[in-house]
Amino acid sequence: MTNIIEVKDLKKTFGRLEAVKGISLSVEQGTTFGFLGPNGAGKSTTIKMLTTLLRPTSGRILIDGNDPITHPNAVRRSFGIVFQDPSLDDDLTAWENMELHGALYGVTRKTRLARIDELLKFVDLDDRRRSYVREFSGGMKRRLEIARGLLHHPKIIFLDEPTLGLDPQTRNHMWEYLGRLNESDGITVFFTTHYMDEADRNADTIAIIDHGCIVASGTGEELKRHTGKESLEDAFLELTGRDIRHESASGLEHLRRMRRARGG
Amino acid sequence: MLRTIYITWLRELKKFLRSRSRIVGALGQPILFLLALGYGLGNVSQGAGKGSYLLFLVPGVICMAIIFTSIFNGMQIIWDSQFGFLKETLVAPVSRVAIMLGRTFGGASVATAQGCIVFALTLLFGFEPHSWALVIPAVLVMFLAASMFSALGITVASFVTDMQGFQLVMNFLVMPMFFLSGALYPLTNIPPLLRALASIDPLSYGVDGVRTLLIHTSYFGIATDVTVLSAIAITFLGVGSHRFARLEF
Repeated sequence: MTNIIEVKDLKKTFGRLEAVKGISLSVEQGTTFGFLGPNGAGKSTTIKMLTTLLRPTSGRILIDGNDPITHPNAVRRSFGIVFQDPSLDDDLTAWENMELHGALYGVTRKTRLARIDELLKFVDLDDRRRSYVREFSGGMKRRLEIARGLLHHPKIIFLDEPTLGLDPQTRNHMWEYLGRLNESDGITVFFTTHYMDEADRNADTIAIIDHGCIVASGTGEELKRHTGKESLEDAFLELTGRDIRHESASGLEHLRRMRRARGG
Repeated sequence: MLRTIYITWLRELKKFLRSRSRIVGALGQPILFLLALGYGLGNVSQGAGKGSYLLFLVPGVICMAIIFTSIFNGMQIIWDSQFGFLKETLVAPVSRVAIMLGRTFGGASVATAQGCIVFALTLLFGFEPHSWALVIPAVLVMFLAASMFSALGITVASFVTDMQGFQLVMNFLVMPMFFLSGALYPLTNIPPLLRALASIDPLSYGVDGVRTLLIHTSYFGIATDVTVLSAIAITFLGVGSHRFARLEF
């Protein structure tokens, strides 16, 4: 089996803050990888580096054999992403959001139209294709974002806390889609979550990051056995401690709060 | 490259046409200025024995709609890059410069459309352009100024990382640019300091250009206006693209 994601000694510092302190990890093609850690541990920073949004301070990344620094567009074509915060255009319809994505990724018109139909059916939004996204619930937006992320046939899909704020029904639905995709297309899933049972149930391999370092990795079973705990949640707490993390009220957090206040 | 610019531009236009409340909302301020200043102050200037102040004010108010709309649109990018659709375009396999250009011209088109709506409204207020044939070149000058301010908005947004900074920019950049530009008063016979400030204010050239074409009153001369506007627009586009291409999130 080949590794579709290969990370070696990856470091990112912001001024004097070391957000990611030389981590290494690899993800095998066609597997589901759970990337766990407390708030502020370095999860989002790592995902941003993997997805060409942030330049690493040092270290090496290979996504499907390409380096995000030297070949960003090759890397970009190989993955789809669902961000922590919705990134749909609320003023456009579901179909238009999909169409725009396809056009940006250079998917030919004919393939695009067929693929949009197929994916909207896949996430049960076919009957809402002409509705504006602003009318959608949080769960519907997530489903549409997943569909959009898959439009250009990516080999990897990154999901940054995809089930945050979703009810158990929608969450189960979503994992069902991803499971089916994983089986039929052999797509690699890289996700973060704060729900440990979700990680235990869905991830083939798990890595736990804390204070910018990977503190443990392996299957859910291995992590539980290694720590001598019954559940992944207990294993996680054993590995990362019980202290509540103080995430600095960054500009981003401030913006997020303002956005919620505006009802975005 | 061109395809990306076109897609991004088209999206801005679509959004504009769909948000009636935004269009109407952006008209409030210019109308208020026309009423309060055009009619209110118009009295004073007529008493002082000058020509119609309303006539003089119209190009200034059109430019006001343009600068506010285009800078605001450009700065929206702060918001968009963190939560909005922009993030989606930043992971797409397309050139960032193309995204920036599409966004700039989209914002500029929207601002120009807004300026044209204000122009149409002033006709209801009794405004009549000096020559109808010159309205088209006036719209082109409006678009040029709008492109300049859209690019400036994006450039400024790349330095400011939250919406708090936005207020700062409004109060210390946009407001002074508007009030010092000669949009509200003629630049002749003003104190030398004010005149010096007006001559380094990019909006002055936009106002003067539109005023020249609409009411045949010029301060700098149309050739200077267009040259300065183009030069500044190109500079901001260059700096904006450079900043935007290197922006990290």
